[in-house]
Amino acid sequence: MASLAPTFGRGAMTNTWQDIKNADVVLVCGGNAAEAHPCGFKWVIEAKIENGAKLVVVDPRFTRTASVADLYAPIRPGTDIAFLNGLIRYLLEKDRIQHDYVRAYTNAGLIVKEEYGFQDGLFSGFNEQTRSYDKSGWDYELDAQGFAQIDDTWQHPRCVINLLRKHVDRYTPEMVSRVTGMPQNKFLQVCEVLAATAAPDKALTSLFALGWTQHSVGSQNIRAMAMVQLLLGNIGVAGGGMNALRGHSNIQGLTDIGLLSNLMPGYLTLPGDQEATFDDYMKSRQFAPLRPGQVSYWQNYRKFFVSFQKTMYGNAATAGNNWAYDWLPKLDIPLYDIIKAFEMMNKGEINGYICQGFNPLQAFPDRGKIRRGLRQLKFLVAMDPLDTETSRFWEDFGPQNPSDPSAVQTEVFQLPTSCFAEENGSLVNSSRWLQWHWKAAEPPGQARSDIWIMSNLLHRLKELYRKEGGAFPDPLMNMSWDYADPLSPEPEELAREMNGSTLIDMKDPETGAVALKAGQLLDNFGQLKDDGTTASGCWIFTGSFTEKGNQMARRDTTDTRDQGIAPGWAWAWPANRRILYNRASADLSGKAWNPRKPVIEWNGERWTGIDVPDIPPTSGPASGTGPFIMNAEGLGRLFARGTMADGPFPEHYEPAESPAANLLHPKVSANPVLRVFADDRKSFGAAIDFPYVATTYRLTEHFHYWTKHALINALLQPEEFVEIGEQLAKEKGIAQSGWVRVSSKRGDVICKAYVTKRIKPLLIDGKPTHVIGVPIHWGFTGQARKGYGANTLTPSVGDANSQTPEFKAFLVNVERSNGPEV
Amino acid sequence: MRMTRRGFIKLTGAGLAASGMGALGFGHMGKALAAAVRPFKLAHTTETRNTCTYCSVACGILIHSMGDGAKNARSSIIHIEGDPDHPVNRGTLCPKGSALLDIVHAPTRLTMPRYRAPGENAFKEVSWGFALDRIARLMKDDRDKNFIAKNKDGVTVNRWTSVGMLAASASSSETAFLTWKVARSLGMVVFDNQARV
Repeated sequence: MASLAPTFGRGAMTNTWQDIKNADVVLVCGGNAAEAHPCGFKWVIEAKIENGAKLVVVDPRFTRTASVADLYAPIRPGTDIAFLNGLIRYLLEKDRIQHDYVRAYTNAGLIVKEEYGFQDGLFSGFNEQTRSYDKSGWDYELDAQGFAQIDDTWQHPRCVINLLRKHVDRYTPEMVSRVTGMPQNKFLQVCEVLAATAAPDKALTSLFALGWTQHSVGSQNIRAMAMVQLLLGNIGVAGGGMNALRGHSNIQGLTDIGLLSNLMPGYLTLPGDQEATFDDYMKSRQFAPLRPGQVSYWQNYRKFFVSFQKTMYGNAATAGNNWAYDWLPKLDIPLYDIIKAFEMMNKGEINGYICQGFNPLQAFPDRGKIRRGLRQLKFLVAMDPLDTETSRFWEDFGPQNPSDPSAVQTEVFQLPTSCFAEENGSLVNSSRWLQWHWKAAEPPGQARSDIWIMSNLLHRLKELYRKEGGAFPDPLMNMSWDYADPLSPEPEELAREMNGSTLIDMKDPETGAVALKAGQLLDNFGQLKDDGTTASGCWIFTGSFTEKGNQMARRDTTDTRDQGIAPGWAWAWPANRRILYNRASADLSGKAWNPRKPVIEWNGERWTGIDVPDIPPTSGPASGTGPFIMNAEGLGRLFARGTMADGPFPEHYEPAESPAANLLHPKVSANPVLRVFADDRKSFGAAIDFPYVATTYRLTEHFHYWTKHALINALLQPEEFVEIGEQLAKEKGIAQSGWVRVSSKRGDVICKAYVTKRIKPLLIDGKPTHVIGVPIHWGFTGQARKGYGANTLTPSVGDANSQTPEFKAFLVNVERSNGPEV
Repeated sequence: MRMTRRGFIKLTGAGLAASGMGALGFGHMGKALAAAVRPFKLAHTTETRNTCTYCSVACGILIHSMGDGAKNARSSIIHIEGDPDHPVNRGTLCPKGSALLDIVHAPTRLTMPRYRAPGENAFKEVSWGFALDRIARLMKDDRDKNFIAKNKDGVTVNRWTSVGMLAASASSSETAFLTWKVARSLGMVVFDNQARV
């Protein structure tokens, strides 16, 4: 979520699924909710029927979402920023923004340093050698007290709104159309429908998914839309928001708990080599407010960090050893993401790899490179309920996975795990709800839970270190492991550990009475201390499992006015808030912008309403406290400061493999700081050999590479295919259901063609350009027919901020084929 | 009147049968006929609340299993449907969620630890003891050899880059937290999940 956090402060979907029904306009761009999130998409239909909402769909394909849209506009894959910057230009030029909201709740009036600039496709501070930016100039002018300077009249030439105006000036409707292939009249119709929600009581919701993230400019796609939503005053309100529709059932949870190279639970970050001491580490994590009267909640970082270390290391983490700071690994590079990991594997720098419920051979870009990497491993451990392709990479499955096992020296372990139906535990859904679930049966055969496997592995490692000694065992040996059965901790024990507890009797600050006894569970993260007297494994989850019981297991469906909040159902982070930034649902005096659907309002003494206020409850309108309490300036960011790797404003860059020149700046075609390694760059194809734009997607009958193991799904969609427009099929002599060979610089897929009216050629700068759709779901294990998998074709290149691979826009060729060799 | 969902279904089933027969003039036979109506097939299952394992809409589901949780009875899942109480999906499921039973009982579910030695052309079944002992040995030997305690400037960095891990985005938060603890206490930094794909 490397775009929502830099804009609003938190990297998560802002509203709830049911709240979509309150929208006046729904934009689905960068996703296909009707097919990928069908039960959530019902709320779009509800908005249309009950609220008279208009649905606008922008997509390269006429998807099932588009089929129920009021307005559909086609777009070339990888050009969303050109469309969105054009939309921003339209809103500013026609003055269709919500003025009071933009002036009070965004950084539109803040003044930017003189060093900031943009020219010929590059922002200021670009370093040609390292292909990265020095971002120090991308910040506000500060006054003597360290506060950002502001011009509320928006006259200053370097205030954010004027810099933005200048930045998007190049994105005229004509330019948008030449780049994206969207006809100008369609573009203007879309602008007009969306602009109507600038009215204070109207809301637009943006629903997006991997169609925006899986680009080398993925984070900036989302940034651009987040800026549109700020300009229209649609963040924090009922029926508004940036609704990132997450893919996997607990992908939000795994991000929240920091299972990423550089993260710790609760969005704390691992130290880097340059932060030799704890003081160095804390120096860059002060988060002093940048405007008077702001909350800047990350000021409490030290409390979250110390409480986390107390959970990790208990009595072994003391003030004397800086809360065991040195026991955390430090990073020498920003992070070791998947693209980096497989690059290292190919170079023989990784010896062992553990895949827990993950199938990288099918899921990662450039399958050939993944297979070559896996072959270099000394050992591979696959923990999974299913027989994955990754765990069988060494076996010969014919053209879909050619291999000579005798030449592969990797030791491979398949460890059978339980599945969702066979465990207790919680999952964090897209809208941040922690929902508890219960075990219905034992796993089959000797399958065990991941908790059991990891615990038993840890136990053996500790035994070996106890007997033999070895490399720095201190963190391993001192880690808290205070579970009733250390070899099989209960999920409830782990949930309580994440919630956290007080380590001494905690007194009520007002009455002085003991509020919580030592060892009792904390009620909220406001109770966390930085003196080692509280412990919490994931501060944003504090409040989810308290002395009152497991809040995640709550099942109260009460919902005032049926507005889609249901605050008694499960528990949402942070602090059970259902709509993030909901202070912005009210005007400057604290009255709801939309009186029919208030979320919280100021009653003269405190904020009250149907949701938990996302602001200190007694910080009234007079306090001037902004609604974006995690941001140091308290404001939503139109200008991202130095929080993005590739610029404080979004800019259109062509995909790494593109059929067209960058019309805005031909010399800087692709994102200058995208994630790519030299060898991968060599395997990029050119349009002369690979003239068609390919984009990958999911089918509604399948989920990634799992459901081909389920009989019904394998019957519904049994076989690998690509979707090809009628005109291209005719040109290439490809018949409906005929065999085709689809090839990229990296590999070939031989599969069936589905000739369709749903994809039409787009006119890119006057030249017809064809798009090919590549569903992802096939492989060589399970019950469906054997297939290659879409990632045989995709390039190993990623977004500059999130390193997400560019699966949604790359180049291929397609020709008629006689089918696979048998 | 307090009534469970199951009780409600039983009662309406019997009521419909009785009134239908009554309308046809078989009133006196109602009781006997109602008793003979085939009972609702889920009436004797155990119902467990759970969440769909696929996308992040996180639809509520009801899992029906045979067996009552007794120590000597092994439950078996026979049916899965949408949870009508759930505020988001309200009982509905998509083509993936509707087929959850088939993924639980997939013939390609793994049931035994298996091991493939270097150069071999097949897996063989092994015990948990063998698999975990061997993995722990491989991990420790590599860690002892390649662990970086200090960087070239003498700064304590305590990282291990030569063994990596991918964590599962469909696993529970509790599993995730425990996994974090284990991986980081070893100093692991090549660490990722499905957030990107």
